[in-house]
Amino acid sequence: MSSDSPDNSRRKFLTGSLSLVGGTGAAATLWPFLSSMAPSAKSRASGAPVKVDISSLKDGEKIDLIWRKKPIWVVKRTKNMLDSINTNEGQHKDPMSENTEQQPDFAKNKFRSLKPEILVLEGVCTHLGCNPAFKSDENKFFCACHGSNFDLAGKVANGSPAGANLKVPPYRFEDENTIIVGELPQSDNESKG
Amino acid sequence: MIKKNIFILLFLVIVNSVSYAASQKSELAEKYKAINNINNKASLQRGAKYFVNYCSGCHSLKYMRMSTLAEDLNIEEVVFSQNLLFSNKKIGETMTIPMSESDAILWFNAIPPDLSLTARSKGPDYIYSKLNTYYEDDSSPTGFNNIALPNTSMPNILAGLQGGQKLELDDKNNPVGFIKISKGTHNDLEYKQLTNDITNFLVYVSEPAKLRRYSMGFWVLMFIFIFTIIAYYTKKEFWKDVH
Amino acid sequence: MSEISGKIDDKSSPSGVIGWVDERLPILSFVRNHLTHYYTPKNFNFWYFFGSLAFLILFLQIFTGIFLAMHYKPDAKLAFDSVEFIMRDVNLGWLIRYMHSTGASAFFVVVYLHMFRALMYGSFKKPRELIWLFGVFIYLALMAEAFMGYLLPWGQMSYWGAQVIINLFTTIPFIGQELGIWIRGDFAISDPTLTRFFALHIVAVPMVILLLVILHLAALHTVGSNNPDGVEIKKHKDENGVPLDGIPFHPYYTVKDFVGIGVFLFLFALTVFFIPEMGGYFLEHANFIPANPLVTPEHIAPVWYFTPFYSILRAIPDPAYGALAMAMSIVVLFFMPWIDSNPIKSIRYRSMLFRINLFVFVIGFLILGYLGVKAPTPLYSALALRFSEMYFIFFALLYFYSSARGNLYSYIFTGAIVFLIAIYDVARITSDNYISVLIGLASVCIFIMFMTLTPLFSNLNKEKQVPDRITG
Repeated sequence: MSSDSPDNSRRKFLTGSLSLVGGTGAAATLWPFLSSMAPSAKSRASGAPVKVDISSLKDGEKIDLIWRKKPIWVVKRTKNMLDSINTNEGQHKDPMSENTEQQPDFAKNKFRSLKPEILVLEGVCTHLGCNPAFKSDENKFFCACHGSNFDLAGKVANGSPAGANLKVPPYRFEDENTIIVGELPQSDNESKG
Repeated sequence: MIKKNIFILLFLVIVNSVSYAASQKSELAEKYKAINNINNKASLQRGAKYFVNYCSGCHSLKYMRMSTLAEDLNIEEVVFSQNLLFSNKKIGETMTIPMSESDAILWFNAIPPDLSLTARSKGPDYIYSKLNTYYEDDSSPTGFNNIALPNTSMPNILAGLQGGQKLELDDKNNPVGFIKISKGTHNDLEYKQLTNDITNFLVYVSEPAKLRRYSMGFWVLMFIFIFTIIAYYTKKEFWKDVH
Repeated sequence: MSEISGKIDDKSSPSGVIGWVDERLPILSFVRNHLTHYYTPKNFNFWYFFGSLAFLILFLQIFTGIFLAMHYKPDAKLAFDSVEFIMRDVNLGWLIRYMHSTGASAFFVVVYLHMFRALMYGSFKKPRELIWLFGVFIYLALMAEAFMGYLLPWGQMSYWGAQVIINLFTTIPFIGQELGIWIRGDFAISDPTLTRFFALHIVAVPMVILLLVILHLAALHTVGSNNPDGVEIKKHKDENGVPLDGIPFHPYYTVKDFVGIGVFLFLFALTVFFIPEMGGYFLEHANFIPANPLVTPEHIAPVWYFTPFYSILRAIPDPAYGALAMAMSIVVLFFMPWIDSNPIKSIRYRSMLFRINLFVFVIGFLILGYLGVKAPTPLYSALALRFSEMYFIFFALLYFYSSARGNLYSYIFTGAIVFLIAIYDVARITSDNYISVLIGLASVCIFIMFMTLTPLFSNLNKEKQVPDRITG
C-alpha cells in the first residue's frame, strides 16, 4: 500500500480515463433501454396520416375519425353556420387565434381552416380532455363536462372553463373529395405530421 | 491467456457442430445451399417483389410491417404503395393475408404456414431447396412431389418459371438428381437467382435487425476493446504496489 | 478515490451529505470493512474473475428483464407475438432481447467456471462450507429461473421442454400426478402455467437469488476469500492486524475486475451482435415456431446448460429412477464439504490421483453435456450410462482420498463400488447387449481400480507439503 509519489499523476490520469470511457460506455448502454420506451414502430405506424373521403359528406354534417388515437371531426359548414362565426373580442378568449400551438399556420384565419366550408378539428376539449358535442342548430360545440362552449370554428367562448381554441390538426386536401389528416399542405413545411 | 483461447476455441467448435434440426434429410436436398447476402439490397428488393407476386396469395408474413420493409429496403413509400402493398392494407400494417384457415383446408388440405420466421426455424437452405427440388409425380394430388418436404401439399407454384423436371434415381432407387423434361421461362441460372432472392428476402423478414446489428456490433466491440486496454494499464499501474 | 489512509481518521467526523448519511446509516464503515480495508489474498488468478462477473450478469439480467417485461404479454395467445413485437417494433428491442438470452447462457458459463474454481482450490472446505451451501442454492435457484424464463417465449421448445421437465415431477411416487397438475395449474401446460411462471420468473425467484447472493457474500466476508494456494492468509498478520499476504480489495481487485469485465463484455457483445443464436444453442431453432400442443418437435433437447443432467436422466430407462439419479447428481453437490474433507485445499498440493479425478470429472461432464444434445442412439445411451457412473464415482473417489487409507480399506472400497455398478449391468444383460455392457463395465472398473489400487504400488497418491505463506 505504498504510495509512489512520482506515479500518482499517472494513476490519476489512468483512473480518470477509465472513468471517462467507462462512464460514456454506461451512458451509451443506457440509451437502447430508454429508446425502447419511446413509441414503437407499431405505434408510429398507427400514428400515420389518415385519408378521409368527404364525397358523401352532406351540408351541416360531421364525420368522426381517429388519428393518433384522438377523435377528429370533419364538418361541412353551411352558409348559415359560416355567418355565425365572428371574431368579436368580447365573445371569444382568443378571437384571432394568437395561440400558435392550437393550429397550423394555414388555419390562423377567421374560419380556422383551409377551405371555409370544411372544418377539421380535434374533438378534444382544451379544458380537461372530454369530447364536446356538436350542436348544429345552436351553431356551437358544447362540452358537457364543465360547460365550455366553442363556435363552429372551434373558438372558445368567453366564460368557458376551457382556455384555448379547439386544436386544428395538420391536414391537406389531396383532391376535392379527399382530406389527408396528419400531413401539411405542400406549400407549408412538408412533414408527415 | 491460453485457457481463454481454449474456451474461445471450444465456443467456435461447438457453434459449428449444430445444424438445423432435420429428420432423414435427403442427400440430394443437402446439395441445395442458399447464398446468404442480406446486404444486397437489390436482391432483397427483387425477393420482395417475387414474394408478393408468387407467394403472398397463400403465405402471410404476419410479423413483417410494411413501413419497416419499405424503409429497410430503401423503397419509397409511394413506390411501395403502388407495387407491393397488399390490397386494402395501409403501409403501417403487417403482411397478413385474407385467406381463412377453413378455406385453406378446403382447397389445399393444409394451411399454408406463415413464413415470417421460417428462415430461423428451418433455415435458408430449407427454403431454397424447397423451391428448387420439385419434380413431377403422378401419384401426388398436385402432380408434383418435393425432396425438401416429401409429400408436400403445396403446389409447384414456380413450375412455369423453372420448367418441368423428373427425379433421377440410382440403382438403389435413391434420388441423386433431376432430369429436365420441359423448359420454363427462366433458365437454370436465372431460376436459381430468383429462388435465392426469395430466400434472401425471407432471411431478412425473419430478422430485420440483421441489417443493423453487424455494423453496430463493430463499434461496440471497438469501444469495449479500448475500455479494456485502459483498464489493463490502470490495473498494471496500481499493481506495481503489490509484491 | 485511489488514496487509502492506513488508519481510520477518527478525530474528524466526515462532513457534508456523506457525513449526514453516515450518521444515520453506516455507509462509510461499510465501504471500509468490505472494500478499502477488506483484505484479499494477493495471488488471485484467472479463476477468480467469475464471482464478480456472475454478479455483473445478475444485474444485467434484471435490468434487461425489466425492459422486456414492459412489452412482453404473459398470455398464451399473445406471448409469442409479443416477443416478435419486441424483436421488430420496439426501438432496439432486438438488442435488449439478445442481451437477455445471451446473458442467460453467459450466466451459466460463468457460474460453472466459478464452481470449478471452488472444486480446484477447495473453496468449499472449512471454514467456507456455508458459502458453498449458499452457492449451491443459488445454482438451484438459477436453474429454476432459467427453466421458467424459457417457457415465456411460448415456442415449440419452450412448451415441450417444460412438458418433459414438469413430467419428471409426476414420477414422484404417490403424489406425482397431483403435483404435476398443481404445478401446471391445469391438466396440461397452458395459459395458467405461463402466467404463474411469469410471476415467479420476474419477481419471486429473482428476489430469492438476490437474497442468497447477499448471504453468499456476507458469509464470504466473514471468513475471507480462499486463494489458489489454499493457504489461510489470516494466520499471519502484521502488527496492525493486516494479513501479510493480503491486499485491500479496493483499489486492487476493483481495478483488476474491470479488466475481467472488459474481456467478458467483449465476448458478450461479440455474441449479442454477431452470433446471438450460437448455432441454435442459445436460441433454439424450434423455438421460432409457436407452441403447438398437438405436434412434438423431432428432437426435444433442453438448453445446453441443462444437458449434462439431462444425460444422466436419460441414462436410466425407468422414468422415476432416472429422475432420482438426476436429482441426486445435483443434491450430491451440497455435501461436498463433507465428502472431501482432506485438509489440503488446493489442487497444487494434492496428489496426482486427485488431479486425474478432477480432470476426468470435467471431461465427463462435458461429454455428458454433448450427449444430452444428441438424439439417443444405442451407442450414445451406453456412453451416457458410463459417464453418469463416472460422475458419481468422482465424489466417491473424493471421499476415498479425504484421508490416508489402509490396504484393506482400499480393497473393500473398490470391491463395493464395482459391485454396485455391476448389479445394474448384471440385471440388464442379454444376449444382444452383452458386448457393450461388458466393455462398458470393464472400462469403468479399470478406471476405479486404477484410481484406488495404484497407491499400493506407486506414489500417485503422494501429496505435497502445503506452504505457510502464499507462493503466487
